[in-house]
Amino acid sequence: MIFGSDVASMLLGGVAAGMVLFIVSVGLSVTMGLMGFVNLAHGGFAMLGGYAIVLAMKHGGLGFVPALAFGFLATAAVSVVLERLLYARLYGAAELDQVLFTIGLVFVMIASVTLLFGPETRPLPLPPMLQGQLDLGIVVYRTYSVVLIVVGIVIVVGLWLGFERTRMGAQIRAAVDNRRMAESLGINIGRLFTVTFAFGSGMAALGGGLGAEFLGLDPQYALKYLVYFLIVVAVGGLGRVTGVFCAALLIGVLDFVLKKYVPQGGTLFIYALTILLLLWRPQGLFGGKAT
Amino acid sequence: MAGGRTAGGSVSASLLETRGLCRNFGALAAARDINFRLEAGARHALIGPNGAGKTTFVNLLTGVIQPTSGTVLLKGRDITGVVQAERVKLGIARTFQINRLFRRLSVLENVYVAVAERVGAAPSMLRPAGKRRDVVEESMHLLEILKMTDDASRRVSELSYGRQRLVELAIALGLRPEVLLLDEPAAGVPSAESHIILDAIDGLPRHIGVLIIDHDMDVVFRFAERITVMVSGSVFASGSPGEIAADPDVRAVYLGGAGHA
Amino acid sequence: MTPPAPGVAVHPAALALARRHRLRAWEPIPWILALAFYFAFPKHLGFGTEVLVTILFAISLDLVLGYAGIVTLGHAAFFGVGAYTVGILAKHGIWNEPVTGLLLAALVAAVVGLGSGLVLLRTQGLTLLMLTLCTMALLEEAANLGHAYTGGFDGLDSLPIAPLLGVLEFNPLYPTTQYLYVLAVLFLCFVLVRTVVYSPFGQSLRGIRENMLRMHAVGAPVRARLVTCYTLSAAIAGIAGGIWAQANAYVNLGTLGLDRAATVLIILVLGGHGRLYGAFVGAAAYMAISHFLSKIYPTAWQLGLGLLLVVIALFARNGILGLGEAAWRAVGRRGAA
Repeated sequence: MIFGSDVASMLLGGVAAGMVLFIVSVGLSVTMGLMGFVNLAHGGFAMLGGYAIVLAMKHGGLGFVPALAFGFLATAAVSVVLERLLYARLYGAAELDQVLFTIGLVFVMIASVTLLFGPETRPLPLPPMLQGQLDLGIVVYRTYSVVLIVVGIVIVVGLWLGFERTRMGAQIRAAVDNRRMAESLGINIGRLFTVTFAFGSGMAALGGGLGAEFLGLDPQYALKYLVYFLIVVAVGGLGRVTGVFCAALLIGVLDFVLKKYVPQGGTLFIYALTILLLLWRPQGLFGGKAT
Repeated sequence: MAGGRTAGGSVSASLLETRGLCRNFGALAAARDINFRLEAGARHALIGPNGAGKTTFVNLLTGVIQPTSGTVLLKGRDITGVVQAERVKLGIARTFQINRLFRRLSVLENVYVAVAERVGAAPSMLRPAGKRRDVVEESMHLLEILKMTDDASRRVSELSYGRQRLVELAIALGLRPEVLLLDEPAAGVPSAESHIILDAIDGLPRHIGVLIIDHDMDVVFRFAERITVMVSGSVFASGSPGEIAADPDVRAVYLGGAGHA
Repeated sequence: MTPPAPGVAVHPAALALARRHRLRAWEPIPWILALAFYFAFPKHLGFGTEVLVTILFAISLDLVLGYAGIVTLGHAAFFGVGAYTVGILAKHGIWNEPVTGLLLAALVAAVVGLGSGLVLLRTQGLTLLMLTLCTMALLEEAANLGHAYTGGFDGLDSLPIAPLLGVLEFNPLYPTTQYLYVLAVLFLCFVLVRTVVYSPFGQSLRGIRENMLRMHAVGAPVRARLVTCYTLSAAIAGIAGGIWAQANAYVNLGTLGLDRAATVLIILVLGGHGRLYGAFVGAAAYMAISHFLSKIYPTAWQLGLGLLLVVIALFARNGILGLGEAAWRAVGRRGAA
């Protein structure tokens, strides 16, 4: 029984981390799949959103949920402006230009936040309700992690329904699979991308805020976890909501378990696994053919 | 087109031949049981409606994709398992329907790359490229034949589309092919410029077996001495231009829709 | 326009190609400047050495990125492998002669380049980007874990590097030996890269960069070319890393990190990639600004650098040299393009 509760708590911790990974990465996956845009600034949007959420709670007196909504909207708004003014100029440009542009953007984000709010880590002021432990029957676990998991499930179900059941979702899927075909069917790719980009950045902001409790939040966040977000997207497949979800859970749980049992070599193992996986399936574990 | 027509009848070993060539993409049969012959020095056209499998066929001939079944023979030799790069060395060259050029290189460099590859100069790392005078001169000579010397030092991206199509042709000719596959050579060229391309095709060396894949009936009936019609992955009809133009089935399936001939 | 029967070989285009590799009048300038720096700024030779090493590293990247068009985020892997080769051999008393040490660094980095290139260069685009990134992260993590050999997080310091040619000491306070040594190695490597870039092989790399599908269609063994180029580039990056370790007498995890990989990419593009001298211009500009500015106000430097990158990516894709070429053409209309 003790063993069982150990396993359960480890799974819960990993799944909670995976949920955050998923919430941050899903937007990156869809925008990369849709436009083939290598957006290394995605972690920057998560960082900006995290700051917006934390500061809104601390200085704006907003509650947790309103602050999350505020962070989502503020970051989405900023991202639309950037997308229309700057990103749009580089659609179809060489990968190198996109890489440089987004690295530059991350630097600007990190430096601006450092200048405005200082380089130190910002704690997430959790409402008392979410602190403490929750008895789940087989295991007593941190309430916040359980809430994260529930939120994550709600989001993935919502996104899945949105993707599978709405007109917009169908358009996105069509455009990811075959952009030229979608265009010839009269889908306005530019507008579709703006909306998706804003939504994805907003999701990243949510993830930045929700994950701040255990990932920490400081200006370097934007680059610190970028490799992880990219790994999730690469493993999950571009533009695949369910793929990204599975990949995020996989990486989250794996990371959690490995850090516990092999604190020395855990990360090494994840990198090695990613490399092997990408060599075996360049389109990702869950990605279909992308042409 | 001096010299008159070569005999339309088949000889013992064709230049390029396919036997029972099939290729499936999942459930879709993009090529079904294609038996095709291209004779030495032929001017052969491959026509067919969109999605008939013409491009798949070219990819099978050049080794970009492998057939599900069937064989490809070059001068009687089975080359079905031979990879693309080796087939180029055996004398099969192609142009692309959409320009695939080295856009930021000069016209001369574009041809140089192809010629250097053919003569085996390309792996050399320690000699300057310009010291391979043979390669430079052959490339210039080709450009001269195509009346492109004036453009030799210009970047390809600066040329008009029609002249870019000529560079497509020049690169393929730099490989000294015996089989030349022209995938819609005049596609996308404004009519004011199309004579450049048509004249160049007119002037191709007579010993090359040319297969033109095209929609444009003006092009096809201007050059072809033999026409093969493809419909949904199989050979639908084959014959002289006169026979094809008169074939009621072909007219029904294809020519009628195109409104030509 | 053209005379009626032009000798094909004397056509301007043919002449330009035939003479492309010849030394241009301005080409000695960077080397003269580097020597002048030695005499003019004896107190800044440590900084100068750092710049020269960075140029060497950026040149190795130019070969893969600027000429072959391989976009990699993991080039520091080879720099780090070279640095650790020198560091581990010296620290454990196995080998500390500098020149042969560099050759070993080049060899080990080339082996890693060949091995990873054979595997990774099957892929393209985002997958390749991820794979180069992960490979570097993997090596960094391995160096972090292998305390016994690599010193782990702290790295290896006070490397006992033997005097150059048996006589010239590496003095950390007066790095005159380091500066001239690095300059000489940079010169040799540059000559090699310049030769390769102007060879038919270099021409075929440009072809692959411009249109890989067409290169397949002209019968080029594209992957073999790319792997060859990648291996050569890895060897030179290994030399850069090795000489960095020798000059500084230490090696740490930073030699293998994303920071270094991103910085060298930025430097190369800032100067102008695919231009051979972009590495010189980029490294000098970047390091001079960061040397003076980042000490005063590091965050402002990061902000400025970020803005600069955005501007370059949007408006000046060919870097400083590209801007210079455009200006030269606009002013003179006689520039040698």
